[in-house]
Amino acid sequence: METYLFVLLAVIAIASALGMILNKSTVNSALMLVINLVTLSGIYLLLNAQFLALIQILVYAGAIMVLFLFVIMLLNVDDEESLFAKFRLKYFLAFLLGSVIFAQILYSLGGVTDILPEISSDMVEAGTVEALGDVLYTDYLFTFEMTAVLLTAAVVGALMIAQYKAKKEGDSE
Amino acid sequence: MIGIDWYLALSAVLFTIGAIGVLIRRNAIVVFMCIEMMLNAVNLSLISFSAFHGDVTGQILVFFSLSVAAAEAVVGLAIIIAIFRNNLSVDITKVNLLRW
Repeated sequence: METYLFVLLAVIAIASALGMILNKSTVNSALMLVINLVTLSGIYLLLNAQFLALIQILVYAGAIMVLFLFVIMLLNVDDEESLFAKFRLKYFLAFLLGSVIFAQILYSLGGVTDILPEISSDMVEAGTVEALGDVLYTDYLFTFEMTAVLLTAAVVGALMIAQYKAKKEGDSE
Repeated sequence: MIGIDWYLALSAVLFTIGAIGVLIRRNAIVVFMCIEMMLNAVNLSLISFSAFHGDVTGQILVFFSLSVAAAEAVVGLAIIIAIFRNNLSVDITKVNLLRW
């Protein structure tokens, strides 16, 4: 059962990833990425990481992708014409480089394939909210607080960057 | 129960597709979405290692990487808006001020 679920989710994830990079329309790419993120969260559930599966849907598929769609709507970008209309050297080089990266990853995984861990008996309770919160609020408390600082800095920085010109126009008027 | 190598293989495939997408697309927003997908692929490998070791630390790392991804998305989209204001386009081939 788990194998079937994994194969199903993996196929959907890879297909939606390919659909994302090959789609001409930006909005369709964003929706494909949403499908990809949701299937990945299903795979997290297969790995018994319930908390992160939930967070994946809430943060990625919810917040970040809505932000992306807002920006696409705001900028009203045209579709990219002639994605594969003519053969370009650039695409060939990109696929070549991509396969080099893939081969590198597989090679480095192949080097450790005999020392990969077997299924641990603690696996079932490792990903629950309780187990995660236990570690997060004791061992990693300082890092967790620093995350809040990081997010605040990101929001302030984004406002600075995005509002810069509007403020200048207001001054000149 | 399937082995960890399948999860790692899926993560490698997704990472590679993301890298190819970064290289072939010219739309800055799509390039950015490909980067998000590469981050997700790495998260998947971290979670599978964590689950198979029965050690929660990997999932903590994924939690922090999620928050870094959120911060990165906010700042990156702000930069894309700033580029659009200057160029009236999000085509990254037109952002060539530092190009050799």
